[in-house]
Amino acid sequence: MSQRTLELGFSGHSEERRVEVPPDAPPPWDLRSDLKVAGKPHPRLEARLKVTGAARYTADQRLPGMIFAGAVRSPHAHARVRRLDLSRAKKLPGVLYSEAYPQREVRYAGQAVAALAAESEQVLDDALALVEVDYEVLPHVVRTEDALAEDAPAVAGRRNVRQGRGMRRGSLRRVEEAHARADVVLTREYRTQVQTHTCLEPHGSVARWEGDRLTVWASTQATFAFRQTLARALGISAAQVEVITEHMGGGFGSKFGADAWDVFAARAARATGRPCFFMLDRRAEHLVAGNRPDSIQRCTFSVRRDGKLLGAQVTSHGTAGLGRGAGVLNPAIYAFEATYSDQYDVLTHAGSARAFRAPRHPQGVFALEGMLDELAEAIGMDPLELRRKNDPHPVRQAQYDVGAEAIGWSRRKPSGSSPGPLKRGLGVAAARWAHNARPGTAVRCRIGRDGSVLVANGSQDIGTGTRTILAQIVAEELGLPLAAVEVRLGRTRDPYGHGSGGSVTAPSIAPPARRAAYACRQRLLAAVAAALGCEAESLSLREGRVHGAERELSFAAACGLLPTESIEATATGGPEDMSYPSFTREVAGVQFAEVEVDAELGTVRVVKVVAVQDCGLVANPLLARSQINGGVLQGISYALHEERILDARTGDMLNANLLDYKILGAREVPEIVAIPFSVANGRTSTGMSSLGEPPTVPTAGAVANAVANAIGARVRSLPITPEKVLAAIAEAERTRRASDGEKKKKKKKRIF
Amino acid sequence: MRTRLHVNGEAREVEHEPQETLLSLLRYRLGLTGSKEGCGEGECGACTVFVDGAPVVSCLVLAAQCEGAQVTTIEGLGRGHPDGLHPVQRAFIETGAVQCGFCIPGIIMAAADAIEREPDADRESLRRLVAGNLCRCTGYTKILDAIELARARARSGGPPCSTK
Repeated sequence: MSQRTLELGFSGHSEERRVEVPPDAPPPWDLRSDLKVAGKPHPRLEARLKVTGAARYTADQRLPGMIFAGAVRSPHAHARVRRLDLSRAKKLPGVLYSEAYPQREVRYAGQAVAALAAESEQVLDDALALVEVDYEVLPHVVRTEDALAEDAPAVAGRRNVRQGRGMRRGSLRRVEEAHARADVVLTREYRTQVQTHTCLEPHGSVARWEGDRLTVWASTQATFAFRQTLARALGISAAQVEVITEHMGGGFGSKFGADAWDVFAARAARATGRPCFFMLDRRAEHLVAGNRPDSIQRCTFSVRRDGKLLGAQVTSHGTAGLGRGAGVLNPAIYAFEATYSDQYDVLTHAGSARAFRAPRHPQGVFALEGMLDELAEAIGMDPLELRRKNDPHPVRQAQYDVGAEAIGWSRRKPSGSSPGPLKRGLGVAAARWAHNARPGTAVRCRIGRDGSVLVANGSQDIGTGTRTILAQIVAEELGLPLAAVEVRLGRTRDPYGHGSGGSVTAPSIAPPARRAAYACRQRLLAAVAAALGCEAESLSLREGRVHGAERELSFAAACGLLPTESIEATATGGPEDMSYPSFTREVAGVQFAEVEVDAELGTVRVVKVVAVQDCGLVANPLLARSQINGGVLQGISYALHEERILDARTGDMLNANLLDYKILGAREVPEIVAIPFSVANGRTSTGMSSLGEPPTVPTAGAVANAVANAIGARVRSLPITPEKVLAAIAEAERTRRASDGEKKKKKKKRIF
Repeated sequence: MRTRLHVNGEAREVEHEPQETLLSLLRYRLGLTGSKEGCGEGECGACTVFVDGAPVVSCLVLAAQCEGAQVTTIEGLGRGHPDGLHPVQRAFIETGAVQCGFCIPGIIMAAADAIEREPDADRESLRRLVAGNLCRCTGYTKILDAIELARARARSGGPPCSTK
């Protein structure tokens, strides 16, 4: 162990801390580290492949003899399958393999009842149309509030409402005591909608057997979990399976393992002896490939007139379809005296939810931040001031200043005071996330006698830039330019890496990458020292050269002195990399939004979003800004447009395409000012924090607060559609007239 | 059936099914997998290519309609440009406009067309010109930055953007 003093924190707010560094590990980077490659804005390594169309995604595999698979899906939300007949389909020339799923009941529209594989996509389409299914339609319930009714059809078991473990937290008694001490207590209901992931690249895979070994090209955000789930489903060992994900077109939480269609493709390939291709179509993407649950949140919050937040009480109901996990993260972030939350899953006849970028957070924060603004309004305090008074996070306190300056918060007018039909408003909301660096990721680094450097890990680059970050870390440690490092990702024959979920990837992969490179560096310098007859400690590696006391030589020449063809080290992220005491306990973020609302049409245009996001030590500002931009994009899209609409009458989805399921496009995207906020938290040897998810957490809340500021009325339901805006304005107008009437009456009384 | 067409300057004669789309012909028959299928319904724009110089969503064009046509795909866009990269492609790399990259071939085709057809378009107009292409990752901000950069370079005497 060696002792080191680190300077942790952020610009203008730092402190020194002594840490013990294990002998075979590099000391953590901190505010004083003078990094040359890491932390710099390098374009992503695979950008050229992606802009020229050369990057191969799953559906781009073209294997000799490849066959095509698809499924017959139920158009009904709930039905008994009386008859399922594949005989006509199987007789069609070119149909090679089929499976029937004669379950007693289908329980959501889109559920597969049969699957086929055929010579070509054209034959497949014809064959799918020849499958005969006779359904007896049964009563269904697809909307959360309908499923709560006493006489609602039971979806599974006797009761549609379930409360899982950990879904009741805090103390109701303490919250009620806090409310009793408050000057203002407000009860409001906030609602959010079901959102589908809508990855541009659909789910699916291509499977090929060679003997008893299976290779699968998969669109997955977890190559190793995919391998495990697929092997288990097929009854083979994971060692027989290789999963390859060279490039993937988005996952956002919906692609963590092998799905039914992937298992079918592998079985069809085994049965026919030919590679099998199975990608979902866009309709199936919306119906069966996951979604973010909706929520109905009843909130009772209280505050003292001086702005001290007292009690927060939330009861939420939401549907994850047939699945679980519809809870919301609410209350959180602010220092209430007491909190209590009571959350319920509501079963409906709909496709199951899956993790979706910052699960539970955007929906909870939308309600939380709305409540904060309503409390601020009630006590006549600036909403930003209320947050500053109650936010315990030192980083967010600094971010409020940065963001307020960038958006021009001092321009904010009292809510509803914007004149004319086009009304401007400003809003603010905060983000939190955990520092998710997880031990267990392994990275192999190899330096060849020819001067080549290869870094390998078997996990995937979901699009965040993992490949580039790995190269930057290793180049930094070896004192090389970025171009000198080759990275291989996305093959499960290489060392283990976690799934890209919880924003763990960069924080978890960077420390072992650095330590593997550090080990290679030590061995290279030892070899050079032996050849030159000097002490290894007298040598250093920087700017592509080995520097000694008396002479220096190029990196390539130094590698030429290696006694073996190559040197190699594999490091696994663990206590020696990632359990230093952290400067902060949570990742912090703040967003400000400016909107323009047409009070006559009800339309909302987001004009500008300022997103200040704690990144830990920024791995690469270019990539970090991209993550922030993307999180904001999805947040605005969630706030204003996206909604899975299930028809209460038929149970089917009315907008299972990309025309009617509206996601934000180039015309609607505002000016986004992405501000990566660097914090040396010292927790790992490389200092990067989780970044994929937090930037989408506060956006909807900030936009909704800006809308309320603009129109002087609050829309408590997402998405904020023109219809809801107009209804909120009309409601506010009625309330105002009624209270004006009251005042007049009172005045009259006084006169007489 | 058989269709004769030029793809990225090369004469091709391709056997295909009558109901096959241009996208399918490019991807499956010719192995040009740069054009992506995101929806198959003409809504996402990931399959955008040029047919006789005009951008089309190739999932909605029948292969048979392309008899005698000049087709340019993302693989052929950089032909004749320095280092094989069209200025728009180069700008996308430099500005970091690419994330997962699945929508990018289609967006680059739409952008290359936009700056050639409306070289004086302001940022607001550029948004409209690429509005037919969806992206789920990037926030579009850097995509628009990249298009503006490519156009500014073309104006200031850089390599021309013409490809058609």
